[in-house]
Amino acid sequence: MFKITKQRELPIVKVVLIKLAAIACGLMLLGVALAFLGHNPIKVYSELVLGALGSSYRLVETINVMIPLTITALGVLIAFKMKFWNIGAEGQIAMGAIAGSYLALFHSNLPKPILLVGMVLLAMLAGGVWALIPAFFKVRYNSNETLFTLMMNYLAIQLIVFLQFSAWKDPKSFGFAKIAQFNESAIFPKLFGVHIGWVAMLFLVFAIYMLINHTKLGYEICVVGTSKNTAKYAGMDVKGTILKTLFLSGAIAGLVGVFQASAINGTLSVQVSGGYGFTAIIIAWLSGMSTLVVPFTAFFFAILTQGANYIQTVFQIPQALAEVMQAVILIFALGSEFFVTYRIEWQSKGGPTT
Amino acid sequence: MKYAVEMNDISKRFGDVQALEDVHLDVLVGEIHAILGENGAGKSTLMNVLAGIYTPDAGSVKIYEQQAVLRTPKQAIAKGIGMIHQHFKLVNALTAAENIVAGFDSGVWFNAQKVEAKIEALSKQYGLDIAPSKRIRDMSVAEKQRVEILKVLYRGAKILILDEPTAVLTPQETEHLFAILRTMKREGHSMIIITHKLSEVRAISDRVTIMRKGQYIQTEITSEQDEQTLTNAMVGREVDLSLSCVPATGTELLLKVDALTVLDDLGTKRLKSVSFDLLKGEILGVAGVAGSGQRELCEAIAGLLPIVQGDVVYEGESLLGLSPRAIINKGISLSFVPEDRLGMGLVSTMDITNNVLLKEYHRQKGFFITRKNSRVLAEYLVDKLNIDTPSISHPVRLLSGGNIQKVLLGREIENNPHLIITAYPSRGLDIGSSHLVYDLLNAQKEKGIGILFIGEDLDVLMGLADRILVMCEGKVTGVLTRDAFDKQKIGYLMSGGNAHGGSDV
Repeated sequence: MFKITKQRELPIVKVVLIKLAAIACGLMLLGVALAFLGHNPIKVYSELVLGALGSSYRLVETINVMIPLTITALGVLIAFKMKFWNIGAEGQIAMGAIAGSYLALFHSNLPKPILLVGMVLLAMLAGGVWALIPAFFKVRYNSNETLFTLMMNYLAIQLIVFLQFSAWKDPKSFGFAKIAQFNESAIFPKLFGVHIGWVAMLFLVFAIYMLINHTKLGYEICVVGTSKNTAKYAGMDVKGTILKTLFLSGAIAGLVGVFQASAINGTLSVQVSGGYGFTAIIIAWLSGMSTLVVPFTAFFFAILTQGANYIQTVFQIPQALAEVMQAVILIFALGSEFFVTYRIEWQSKGGPTT
Repeated sequence: MKYAVEMNDISKRFGDVQALEDVHLDVLVGEIHAILGENGAGKSTLMNVLAGIYTPDAGSVKIYEQQAVLRTPKQAIAKGIGMIHQHFKLVNALTAAENIVAGFDSGVWFNAQKVEAKIEALSKQYGLDIAPSKRIRDMSVAEKQRVEILKVLYRGAKILILDEPTAVLTPQETEHLFAILRTMKREGHSMIIITHKLSEVRAISDRVTIMRKGQYIQTEITSEQDEQTLTNAMVGREVDLSLSCVPATGTELLLKVDALTVLDDLGTKRLKSVSFDLLKGEILGVAGVAGSGQRELCEAIAGLLPIVQGDVVYEGESLLGLSPRAIINKGISLSFVPEDRLGMGLVSTMDITNNVLLKEYHRQKGFFITRKNSRVLAEYLVDKLNIDTPSISHPVRLLSGGNIQKVLLGREIENNPHLIITAYPSRGLDIGSSHLVYDLLNAQKEKGIGILFIGEDLDVLMGLADRILVMCEGKVTGVLTRDAFDKQKIGYLMSGGNAHGGSDV
C-alpha cells in the first residue's frame, strides 16, 4: 500500500532536478518508440544534436528558431503572470507582420533606418492593439480570454490569406498567390551572421526581467495575478493594469511578426507565425514563468525543431516527430509537477489496526 | 456505565504534520461530551476519523463496546454515527424532507407523504420545529442546522458529532439548540460537540476532553472545572483571560455614516440605510449573525463597494464615489483589516517584504520600485510582533493564521491610520495571538484612533468595545453603550428585534 501526501516547499535545486529527470524520462520513452521504428535511439539523438549544432550554418538556423520562441514566450509570460491566458500570440505575430509588411511594401523608398524603425513600431502597435481587443472585452464584460484570444488567431491568419490572394498579391508573380519580396531596404541587417533580432531578444530578456521584478507595473501584474481583490484593496487600477499588460504582451508578439516576415522570409505569408505562438506557451510554462529561464528552454526547443528537420533526411523519420517530441516532453514536465507538490509514502503491510 | 465511543491511540499524519498523536476519547451513552482545543489542536481531524472521513494511521475504535472499522462515512452511519458539519451540506432548491432522504432511501420513488410524516414525528419528538415541505433557501441558518440534525437522526444516528455548532447562531438560537441537545440526551443519544467557547462547554457538556497540538491532554467532569483551569489546560500555560477596555475619552466625531445603502453584484440590498457615528479614540463594536451586512459595511467605507444611497463623511469630508487609491491620495489614513486575510488583505504567494510594499509602493516616484524600506519595515514587524517565520522572504500563505494576521495588522498600524476598520481580527487565532491583537487595538485607541470592530464573539465585543452596534439583515437594529451591554438584549437585536423602538430608521 502507498499513500499520497502533500509535499512541503522544495528547494529550487530539487525542483530543477525533478524537471530534468522528467525530461530524461520523456526522451527515454521516445527512445523506445524510435527503437520500435527500427532506429538506434542513441544514434538518432546524437544526430539530432549534431543536426542542430553541428556546423555554424546549422547553429545560425537553430538560433533563428530560438529568437522568435524566446521573444514570444516573454510576451505571453507577462500576461500569464497576471493569470490572463493569452493564447493569441499566433494572431498577434500575424498582425505585427502585416503592419510591418505594409510599410515594407508601400513605403520602401524611405531611408532604411527610418523604414526599419517604423516597421518595428507599427508592428508592435498592431500586435498590441490586437491583444487589447480581448483584454477590453475581459475587463468590460468579463468574457473568457482563452477562447477569445484563440479565435482572434484565425481572424489574423485569414487576413493574411486575403492579402496574399487578392489585395497585396504580387502582379509579377505570374498568377501565383504570393506577396512580393521586400525591397532590400526593408530587410533587417545581420550582426555576427544572425539577424538583428537576437539583440532585441537579449534586450527583452533583461527588460522583462526588470519589468516584473523592479517596476511598479510588474509588481501590480503579480498582485493582480494572485488576487484581484487584494489589488483592488490596495487601490490598484485592475482594469488599467490588464489593458496595459496585454498591450505590451501583444506588442512583443508583434515584434516577432516583423522579424519573421522581413529577416527570415523576406515577405509576408501565412507561414509567418509558424506555430511559434503556441510553442511559446509551452516554453513559458516549462520555464516556470521565470524570465531568465526562458531563453534556455527556447534554445532547447529550437534544437528539437531543427534537429528533427535534420534527422528527417538522415533517417527518414517524419518531421511530425519533432512535434511528438515536444508534446511528450511537455506532458512529462507538467506531470512532474505532481512530484513537486506531493510525495508518495510507502507503507508497511497491514496498515493501521482499526 | 456503558461506553458509546472508545477511541484509543489514534494517530494521523498529513505530510509533515502530525495532526493526531495517540489520542484517546471515550463518550458514555447519554452523555454530552465537549472537545475543547485551540485551532490546530486536532479536534476536527479526530471527529473526521470517527465519522469515517479520514482513515487513521494507527489506533482502534470501539462503538458500543465493539470493535468497529470506519473507513467510509457509510460505515460510520451504519454504526449510528452522524456528523453535523460546520458548513452545512444542503441543497437550497430542495425541501427539508427531500434533503433529508437524498442519498439515503434507495429506490426510485419518493413517497413524500410517508417521509414527511416520519420527519414530522421526529421533529416533534426532539423539539426541532421543522416543516418538512419548507425549502432550504427559505430557512434561517438555525433552521438549516436543525435540518442537518434531523438528517442524521432520520438515518438512525445515536451518536451525533457537532462541529462548532454555535458559530453561526445568536444567543437565543444557541439556547434553543442546547434545549434540543438535552432532549436528545434524555432519549439516550450521545453527543460530541467541538468548540472553543468556554462558556458553552460549561453550559452544555457533562464531560470535556481537552486537546492541544494533536495530543490528548485530559478528560474532566465539566462541573468540577472553572474557565481559567480549562483555558490553562487548553493553551498549556497560564493565560490572562481578562479583556481591558480603557474608557473612551474623545468626543470629536471621526466618521459619520449616513443612511448608507449598498447593493451586491446581483442587485440585492445588502445594507439598508445604515447610519452611525464613530468618535476618535473609541472602539465601536459591530455585532450580528454572520452575513448581516458586516462585510459590505467595511468594504463600502473603504471604497471597495459602490454606494447607492447615503454618505460616508470622514473628518468632515465625504468619501462618496472615491476609489481606495483616491481615498489614500487625499491623505486620509484609513486602514482596513479585512476578514479575508489571504484573499484580500495580503498577496498570499508573496513574502512579507512584498506584502509590506503593497501599501507603500504607490508613494514611490517614477517607474521603478525599491524594496529597501519595505525590507526594513518587514524586519521591524517580525521583531516587534514576534512573527514566527524563517525569514522575511517566506511566502505569507505558509505562515500560521496568527502570524498572517500579525503581518496584516502590523502593516496597517505602521501606516499611522486615524481610522481602523477590522473584521473578525481574532478569527482562527489562538488565545495568545488573539490577546496580542486586542492589545494592539487598545494601544491604537489610546492614541486617539477610532476603531470599527466587527466581531463574532459577544464576550470579546462586550469586553473591548465602548459601544456596540447591532446589525440584522443589513439594518442597524440598535446601538448600546457600555453601561447597557447585555447579552440577551444584543441577541434579541441580532435576530431583528427592536429594543429601542425605531432606532433603525
